[in-house]
Amino acid sequence: MALYSDKVMDHFRNPRNVGVLEDANGIGEVGNTMCGDIMKIYLKVNDDEIIEDVKFETFGCGSAIASSSMATELIKGKPVSEALELTNKAVAEALDGLPAHKMHCSVLAEEAIQAALEDYQNKKLAAKQGVTQP
Amino acid sequence: MTIYADNAATTRMSQTAINAMLPYMGEIYGNPSSLHTVGQKANEALTEARERVAKCFGCEPREILFTSGGSEADNQAIVSAARIGEKKGKKHIISTAFEHHAVLHTLAKLEKEGFDVTLLDVHENGIVTPEEVAAAIRPDTCLVTIMYANNEIGSIQPIPEIGKVCHEKGVLFHTDAVQAAGHIHIDVNEQNIDMLSLSAHKFHGPKGTGVLFAKKSIPLTNIIEGGAQERGKRGGTENIPGIMATAAALEEACANIDKNAAHLIPLRDKLIAGLDKIPHSILNGDRVNRLPGNVNFCFEGIEGESLLLLLDDKGICASSGSACTSGSLDPSHVLLAIGRVHDVAHGSLRLSLGEDVTEEQVDYMIAAVTDVVAYLRSMSPVWRDLQEGRREYILK
Ligand SMILES: Cc1ncc(COP(=O)(O)O)c(C=O)c1O
Ligand SMILES: [Zn+2]
Repeated sequence: MALYSDKVMDHFRNPRNVGVLEDANGIGEVGNTMCGDIMKIYLKVNDDEIIEDVKFETFGCGSAIASSSMATELIKGKPVSEALELTNKAVAEALDGLPAHKMHCSVLAEEAIQAALEDYQNKKLAAKQGVTQP
Repeated sequence: MTIYADNAATTRMSQTAINAMLPYMGEIYGNPSSLHTVGQKANEALTEARERVAKCFGCEPREILFTSGGSEADNQAIVSAARIGEKKGKKHIISTAFEHHAVLHTLAKLEKEGFDVTLLDVHENGIVTPEEVAAAIRPDTCLVTIMYANNEIGSIQPIPEIGKVCHEKGVLFHTDAVQAAGHIHIDVNEQNIDMLSLSAHKFHGPKGTGVLFAKKSIPLTNIIEGGAQERGKRGGTENIPGIMATAAALEEACANIDKNAAHLIPLRDKLIAGLDKIPHSILNGDRVNRLPGNVNFCFEGIEGESLLLLLDDKGICASSGSACTSGSLDPSHVLLAIGRVHDVAHGSLRLSLGEDVTEEQVDYMIAAVTDVVAYLRSMSPVWRDLQEGRREYILK
């Protein structure tokens, strides 16, 4: 189908980093079934603040799966500070573009990564302060 | 290998239809309105095509109007009935919630003009009852328009009974038979139909040609103003190649309805039985009153577009009512109308079989869909939540 670039189809057909991280220290889930796309990101950040491993699960269309796959590739092995800068534009560009009505999928990927990073930072903070999160 | 299982979207033209149109692109290229021999030959062909189409529905040739397709025929039927109605102060129209947009958007336009539109519920099986139609008819009702068979879920409506109810109450009855024509026996008189729309590309005819049947007693309103073609009810030089192919395709389809159904129904039911085995899935539409080639399922925990793309990789051409395939935020209005919630409607799949489908292909489709659904579920956070009890299954 010519709807998507070869890059999108490649990441859709052979998604990188699919699955669950049992020892994740940052998890983010965004989207809802009303709109039709849900993404969940699992991060394993090491003591040097490097994203050692990342996995994703996605319920969604071809571009949602490809966007999650690409987003995980873009942050894997990178410092948290760098991952925090990830934008949906960067995800879409790395996929050689997305159709206009599919840009929301890349937005969702950015939001899922940011949610997972936030979860990581909250957990770290909670651990430091010795309190459990409400 | 390609299995084209999207015949409800469009069909491949039959060789009969192609052969029927070719002479009218070459030797017999005249304009039927021209007085000379070349034009009159085209005019003779047009007359003959009209007779042949009329014969397929048991009506008179003068009751057949050639249009640019199903959408135009739907528009003209509804607008005509509305104009007749408003002259008598009748501005109420009854339809259903799961009509094609050619009908729904025309009704929405009339609503803006002050018409009152009642959209009947179609229940979980996708069938409206004649009793419900009767109960909805008011003294100011000018039209009942209900599709013969639904394009997504294939459910067939009790058209003769609905038509009877309409006639008892003196209300015009139109049916969008785009999915039914050439697949189900239709006799407009026996089935109490006043107006009917069809589209040739749904029964192996060409795209961009359709038919509006309207009883001769019904004065039609033009959608396209112009010359005196089609008894002045549709301007524009007639699409003679398309019309000739429409007549040929329709005749061929109608002659083979029983044969095609005898081949398709067992294979359709085998496909349904195979997909029924996928856990947490549901068949959409009625099991019995169903188009011979239609299969439509929802699978919980996955999204339809990714399902289609992966099936395409396996050589299967299908369609889905998911939001992502339509480019809108909402899944199919048809699936919502039969009570599927958003979560489930996103995971829909329509396989509409062609008459040449084989049992091997059905087996292949069952295996492919089963595999792809399992694969997509394996990467779906929704499915994990369902499996691990954090979310309740909607489909048993
Ligand atoms: C039920 C129904 N009505 C109307 C139409 C519109 O027909 P056409 O594409 O010929 O305008 C279609 C085809 O998509 C249909 O399935
Ligand atoms: Zn999407």
